[in-house]
Amino acid sequence: MNRFDYARPASVAEAVQAGAGEQVRFLAGGTNLIDLMKENVDRPTTVIDINRLPLNAIEELDGGGLRLGALVPNAETAWDARVEQRYPLLSSAILAGASPQLRNAATNGGNLNQRTRCYYFYDVATPCNKREPGSGCGAIGGVNRIHAILGASDQCIATHPSDMCVALAVLDATVQVTGPEGDRAIPIADYHRLPGDEPWRDNTLKPGELVTGIDLPAEDFTQTYTYLKLRDRLSYAFALVSIAVAMRVEDGTIAEARVALGGVAHKPWRSTEAEKLLKGQHPSPQAFGTFADALLAGAVGQGENDFKIPLARKGIVRALKQAAEATPQSQTDKRVA
Amino acid sequence: MATAAKIGIGSAINRVDGVEKVTGTARYAAEHPVENLLYGYIVEAAIAKGRIVSIDEEAARAVPGVVEVITHLNRPHVAWTDHSYQDELKIPGSPFRPLYDDRIQFSQQPIALVMAETFEAARYAASLVEVAYEAEAHNTDFEVAVGEKYVPKKKRSGYMAPKDRGDAAQAFADAPLKVSGDYRLPPEHHNPMEMFGSTVEWHDDGSITVHDKTQGSQVVQGYLASVFGFSKKKVRVLNPYVGGAFGSGLRPQHQVFLAVLAAKMLERSVRVTMTRNQMFSHAYRPQAIQSIALGAETTGKLTAIRNEATTSTSRYEDNMENVVTWGLMNYDCPNADAEYTVAQVDTATSADMRAPGAATGMTLFEIAIDEMAYEAKVDPLEFRLINYSPIDAMNGTPYTSKALREAFQEGAEAFGWSKRSAEARSMRDGKELVGWGCATGMWDAQFSKTSASAKLTANGHLEVACATSDIGTGSYTVMTLVAADTLGLPPEQITAKLGDSDLPTAPVEGGSWGAASSGAAVQLACQAVGKKLLKAAGKIAGAPLGEATIDDVLFEDGCIVLKDAPTVRVPFGDAMRAADLTQIEEEETAAPGFGDMWKGMHKSKNTHSAIFAEVKVDEELGVIRVTRIVDAVAAGRIINPKTARSQILGGVVMGMGMALHEETFPDHRLGRWMNHNFGEYHVPVHADIHDIQVIFVDEPDPEVTPLGVKGLGEIGIVGTAAAIANAIYHATGKRVRSLPITIDKILD
Ligand SMILES: Cc1cc2nc3c(=O)[nH]c(=O)nc-3n(C[C@H](O)[C@H](O)[C@H](O)COP(=O)(O)OP(=O)(O)OC[C@H]3O[C@@H](n4cnc5c(N)ncnc54)[C@H](O)[C@@H]3O)c2cc1C
Ligand code: SF4
Repeated sequence: MNRFDYARPASVAEAVQAGAGEQVRFLAGGTNLIDLMKENVDRPTTVIDINRLPLNAIEELDGGGLRLGALVPNAETAWDARVEQRYPLLSSAILAGASPQLRNAATNGGNLNQRTRCYYFYDVATPCNKREPGSGCGAIGGVNRIHAILGASDQCIATHPSDMCVALAVLDATVQVTGPEGDRAIPIADYHRLPGDEPWRDNTLKPGELVTGIDLPAEDFTQTYTYLKLRDRLSYAFALVSIAVAMRVEDGTIAEARVALGGVAHKPWRSTEAEKLLKGQHPSPQAFGTFADALLAGAVGQGENDFKIPLARKGIVRALKQAAEATPQSQTDKRVA
Repeated sequence: MATAAKIGIGSAINRVDGVEKVTGTARYAAEHPVENLLYGYIVEAAIAKGRIVSIDEEAARAVPGVVEVITHLNRPHVAWTDHSYQDELKIPGSPFRPLYDDRIQFSQQPIALVMAETFEAARYAASLVEVAYEAEAHNTDFEVAVGEKYVPKKKRSGYMAPKDRGDAAQAFADAPLKVSGDYRLPPEHHNPMEMFGSTVEWHDDGSITVHDKTQGSQVVQGYLASVFGFSKKKVRVLNPYVGGAFGSGLRPQHQVFLAVLAAKMLERSVRVTMTRNQMFSHAYRPQAIQSIALGAETTGKLTAIRNEATTSTSRYEDNMENVVTWGLMNYDCPNADAEYTVAQVDTATSADMRAPGAATGMTLFEIAIDEMAYEAKVDPLEFRLINYSPIDAMNGTPYTSKALREAFQEGAEAFGWSKRSAEARSMRDGKELVGWGCATGMWDAQFSKTSASAKLTANGHLEVACATSDIGTGSYTVMTLVAADTLGLPPEQITAKLGDSDLPTAPVEGGSWGAASSGAAVQLACQAVGKKLLKAAGKIAGAPLGEATIDDVLFEDGCIVLKDAPTVRVPFGDAMRAADLTQIEEEETAAPGFGDMWKGMHKSKNTHSAIFAEVKVDEELGVIRVTRIVDAVAAGRIINPKTARSQILGGVVMGMGMALHEETFPDHRLGRWMNHNFGEYHVPVHADIHDIQVIFVDEPDPEVTPLGVKGLGEIGIVGTAAAIANAIYHATGKRVRSLPITIDKILD
């Protein structure tokens, strides 16, 4: 770990002030940042410990939504009674991730900003455009079982590994940020980005900007939803493919369906265009299959991860069925519902 | 006279070192507090093969706290013959020498050691060491390497060449039913919980005390003496607690070499530990391809076995395993042939990992056997009984014991095997397909020359000691129980000491010989103490025991008791006081061949197991759950049913990892393992584990080892992955011949 300056401001304003400059990192739970520093992947010159900022509450919003403070631990968020009752999808997605210990330490802001788990990104002896712009992408033509099938570029095929963010994408959350240029609200769909030819940029946060909270609009997806995570062991593994679904079924037809995929792209993968195919349909394997094909249009494998395409297709169909039948996937019983 | 229930061999007691371990007072190699310690961090090669052209240490040396950067250029003198680096395993070739010269032999090879006042400074400085390489063409692709497979001229210790019988080629050609295919196992890394680490205390007289993570303190002592030119008296190696090793600690690992090198050069106490990442820089279970061809009559009687395997080794050593022998030994079949070869890749030398050879060769063979059973339309368990061999069918020798038939019976009954429906895809539970599979496991029942001492003091306290290790296997408890059994003392009055090169000689702990061997040595030493006690009792006024010989007495509740007149009891303390003894100390050596063992000299000695697995597989998505395992084990006498069960549970869980999870991924362009961390190298987690039932089948066997003990450290993993693979076939109708069976291999 390299030498760095350390600050522990007590107010958001101070944090923003301290955050101006090159190679500054905010430290939240540290479950990702500290690992990256130890592996010499991230070499901040200044670390700003934000754990004293007053961003650790879950608050009601006007209009019936909730604001999740950036520093609220993932576990506390998942088990919060309001979240459990009004946003069970989010609870479920969080609980599908990591381990209890990690979820206790990890924060909502940190989860949003966690880096990819690409093997090459973590190993400084290997090429990686995300870590070392211009060094090449080791994963292309290499070990890429866990890599992207959608929206990748010839510079980077990494995925965003979060489970929580997949649910946030479906819930149309808004990320609240503040920074040197003031406050901004970024729709979740615009928060993470595709790698393109700037793979080192995971998201649209500007230098020095701090996430203060995540707003959840009032929704009513409390029965017909699911979070289905498919992975290499039954717990404590990142998603090969995960599927978040929120649905409204009225008189036997789908009034609205939102679907996002995790583990397949540099951001949670959602297509409102494709979702229109479900609107007005009776829930059926055919309708779900047609939608899955549309959502996966343009998917390409990289060799070792080719299987993700059929896996995602089957997973989408199954998850839509789970949601439509109001039998969401349990995160404790590992039998697929 | 009523006595408390005797605790001894066969008593299910808690691990005697359990409290220390769970309360954190048990110190592991890298945890010993030492004053003025320097910390080392290993710099690893980024390329797989070539030369170091230059090393720029300037930035590293400039980091505050850095004391030295040690490379091949400035290291002190070390031995230069291969012989000096050889260890107990005697693997033919030229053992790896850290920091010896500019050669790079594998990726992640240690090439420099940064020494600093803190671990953090060392680690940071290590990241600043700039190395320029001249790369050479390498190959880490085993599938390519097998094109140049060969039979090593020199064999490593423990290697058993397969013996052919009949004419397997002809019999296979003539067989009405045939199965043949290539079966694969990927590289796996041991990944014990505790990472390799060494704390070296440098003493003013130039001697060293080394706290090391190893499976054999005396092996490390010998290695350090011969490599660095210490006299053995000046090197003491301690490993009282070892957080697992699975075979990766059978050979001295490079951190201990580096730590001692630094201590010698700087004349200071040092500590070198590996990170989890660096745990992928050395030993791994060899990758394997096994080509199996089986021929059978329509009745299911095997007529031909052809068993060929190649495993991976490095360019510099021929690591060999017994891969192809198991199937030939276990099955009654008139015609069988086998060939075993190795193939070189540019990695570190592969290594023994829990049940080396058998976990590979028996497991893959048992998948082929399952295929043959389906081909013959015979129940897989019935198939195994049809082809059951009561003798070692390869060597033509009887076993000292083989209760595999009983294991099948008891296991099948506990599992409910008779309710299995024969067809694949014929059982289901909701959206899940259900599959039941079985397999045979086999391992060696070995015995190794071992010494132990026993010291009884007049206050009734007994200390037994032996330089063996306890790598989590329960050696402390085994030694305690054997001593309790022999001298009739309660375990609370006994201390077992191990993990110290100063103690009576013992081999590395591996091969599942530990309990049988150290147990026998402890028993001998305690018996010798018993004889001295009896002699001492003769000095008691009135000689209450009369002319009794050792055969006329037994030891019970701290007393010598006349067998024929159990009311005549002489407390140990009375006997010792009468003879004016404050303590009795004896040392004995148990070597192969004594006791009833000579009768088993020309017999085969093996443990066996019958494993039954139930899986549930989501029909559409291929999500696999192993819902039930029954493992019925025939392993002779069980010293402690509780820790014995734990050994089997651990082996079974590791077998589940082999079946479904474990695989190290190489990038062949870089010649480097890529998933070198616990996030991406998968072993089973709690959610993967359900019901595991362990059964120990009665198997009295006085000939196998003096205590009738066969050992349990390894049998639990052998065949488990086959039972699971076979259950997956039964559930899904999909035969996967390469482990692990991940979701992509099951998906349509
Ligand atoms: C072994 C392992 C397994 C895991 N498995 C899963 C899994 O299955 N699913 C899953 O979703 N996750 C998983 N995780 C990831 C885990 O969820 C993240 O590490 C965690 O959410 C990060 O949160 P943190 O508070 O610890 O962030 P930190 O480590 O503190 O920070 C992470 C990054 O976010 C930045 N950051 C933090 N807070 C803010 C803020 N308020 N504003 C701006 N930037 C900020 C930091 O500067 C840093 O770059 C796993 C992690 C590990 C180590
Ligand atoms: S996929 Fe992205 S993160 Fe991975 S090696 Fe390529 S550039 Fe780096």
